Amino acid sequence: MKALPLLSIVVPLVAGCAGIEPWVKPYERERLADPVMSFARGGLSDKHREHVRVVREGARGATGVQGGGCGCN
Amino acid sequence: MAATKWLRPIAGLAGSLLATGAANAVDLPEDRAEAMYHLFKGGGVTAQGPALLVRKSLADKVSLSASYYVDMVSNASIDVVTQASPFKERRTAYDVGVDYVVRDSAIAISASSSDEPDYTADGVSIDVSQEVFGGMTTLALGYTRAVDRVGRKDVGFFDNAKHWQYRLGVTQILSPRWLASANFEAISDDGFLGSPYRSARVFGAAVPERNPRTRTSRAVKLRAVGDLGSRDAGRVEYRYFWDTWDIRAHTVELGYSRALGQSFLADGFFRYNTQTRALFYSDNAQTETLYVSRNRQLGTFKSYGLGGKLAFIWKQVPGQYEVKLNGAYEWVRFNYSDFTDIRDGSAYSFTGHVLQLYVSATF
Repeated sequence: MKALPLLSIVVPLVAGCAGIEPWVKPYERERLADPVMSFARGGLSDKHREHVRVVREGARGATGVQGGGCGCN
Repeated sequence: MAATKWLRPIAGLAGSLLATGAANAVDLPEDRAEAMYHLFKGGGVTAQGPALLVRKSLADKVSLSASYYVDMVSNASIDVVTQASPFKERRTAYDVGVDYVVRDSAIAISASSSDEPDYTADGVSIDVSQEVFGGMTTLALGYTRAVDRVGRKDVGFFDNAKHWQYRLGVTQILSPRWLASANFEAISDDGFLGSPYRSARVFGAAVPERNPRTRTSRAVKLRAVGDLGSRDAGRVEYRYFWDTWDIRAHTVELGYSRALGQSFLADGFFRYNTQTRALFYSDNAQTETLYVSRNRQLGTFKSYGLGGKLAFIWKQVPGQYEVKLNGAYEWVRFNYSDFTDIRDGSAYSFTGHVLQLYVSATF
């Protein structure tokens, strides 16, 4: 029963989304494809930078870089 | 070699995927090769070496990748010079992977193996991404399972650590000029999570560190990048991290990228990271506790990074290949709040330098 108030909010929101069309068409995405727009550009470069950080900082994860095994400890 | 052990099932999977076909809306990763020299120097540690990466698609169905990475470490860090003698060692890592795309989905399976004296690490990962909402939204899910073997041969100590990583991400096109993403990752560890060489201090005396054998951490990262109008872009990132050892960290990164003419691409960035200590971390414990560590990675500190990258298109034949020369440098600074340099009693800090020089080719 606790879920009912939550559902009463979520269901109309989701139902509302059903009517939304993608508002950026494929032909409007030229600027987004420019290399200046990429979050990460180099495979080895990002991996090295991530390794340098993860062996020195307590925080880890959610970087978008797939790390290999390391003697981090 | 553990890497070849993983290679066989991946090659088999690649072969079976080649036998199937479908019209794809998502592209395979570009064929590329990279050769890099990397260097970290700071805090008495120098780690440098070569790294190689090759990625090649087969019949436009799958893309295979392999990388080789060497860290030659010369270690005279503050821990080493105050407790033992400087040493040199070498870490070698191999990664192999296969990417497959079908319609609006991409699947990547990879395996990694890292080997250094007294520490080996092997892992396998699977990542799946799916474009939805007319390609405006990309959802990503990932999982990694890894096992480390930790040892200290001179005293006959051997143990292991297991790791589970779960990733979830969404990237959203906001407008023709703006992109945003949100990533979440949970990591659980079970096993020996310290170093058999490192000491803690209790009442001023050095004792072997004692860490809990389990840890679970979570991290959320939000990013946005926007086109600024003249082939330049601004980027802002924030990550919040928390774990069951009571470490909390905030990381902010700001970046700016700009194309310079037809041949150069320049990036600049600033990174700020602040972290609070683990519950059992102590510079010099004044009570006997079950767990105690003086690993400054688990202490309270602030770190700063200021860096730049420059890429130059050296040779280019449109539609065939492109070769780039790349250089990147980052200045880093770590200021520790509760880690004393026992040589002079001051709070410890160090400055480091990160250098990357590499050639990258797409073809």
